[in-house]
Amino acid sequence: MKIGVTIFPGSNCDRDALYAIERMGAEPVELWHADADLKGSDAVIVPGGFSYGDYLRPGAIARFANVMAPLEDFARSGGPILGVCNGFQVLAEAHLLPGALLRNTGMRFVCRRVRVRVETTETPWTSSCEPGEDLTLPVAHNEGNYFADPATLDQLEAEDRVVLRYLENPNGSANDIAGICNEGRNVVGIMPHPERVSDPVLGSEEGMRLLRSVLAGARV
Amino acid sequence: MKVRVLVRPKAGILDPQGEAVRSALPALGFGGVSTVHVGRLIEMEVETADEVDAMCKRLLANPTIEEYEWEVIH
Repeated sequence: MKIGVTIFPGSNCDRDALYAIERMGAEPVELWHADADLKGSDAVIVPGGFSYGDYLRPGAIARFANVMAPLEDFARSGGPILGVCNGFQVLAEAHLLPGALLRNTGMRFVCRRVRVRVETTETPWTSSCEPGEDLTLPVAHNEGNYFADPATLDQLEAEDRVVLRYLENPNGSANDIAGICNEGRNVVGIMPHPERVSDPVLGSEEGMRLLRSVLAGARV
Repeated sequence: MKVRVLVRPKAGILDPQGEAVRSALPALGFGGVSTVHVGRLIEMEVETADEVDAMCKRLLANPTIEEYEWEVIH
């Protein structure tokens, strides 16, 4: 299985994601922002970082990079996509996910491990988890405060589209939301970083619980 | 011509930046400030103003969380 990782100027978790993919036993594929080509990827991770320096708004410029056009087609055709942190912000700016990520209510960059609950296993990135499973994952963000209008929040809850929920809300996020999925459930955006806990040498490999899920749906 | 675009958080959207500034002002002895909103000022030199609104909608502002207004300065 080939899993692509988009690389924008300012991405800084791309290497970690590529490493985690290799550890999963899948083939990591680098997807340069200027190339409108997913190189045959069966799934794509949009990694964290500060694409384009977070200028204007996080994700606002990256959303128009060349690689985004085929990524949007891939999303529409049901391809599994995971946006992590800045990747979540990019997918929200691209309207592949509803809502937006606002500045943390505490006005501070939050960088620590938080506990989250897996709220749905009906996505390609949580299918191997136990429903309601608790995970401890690192967050590192300044704009992780999920916002959507009340109707959208109601819809996300009613359609079981909240993927991860904070057990201790670190950023003021609506409904303690740490991650959501799109209507087709194939596009997932999360603020915590599973790739940073993908090897025991990093102190934990709990992130693999999420990442390895995508292998279950691998096309063979 | 020169165009000035103002982008600010939509009414009702939490504005932690504005709130932080609001709470800093009394600490400096400036009283009587009840609300502060922090937005973004974008100035552009353009050939025509025809597409400024489209630029605001597509890139300069995020309509989910922000509102914008713009004017031709000269």
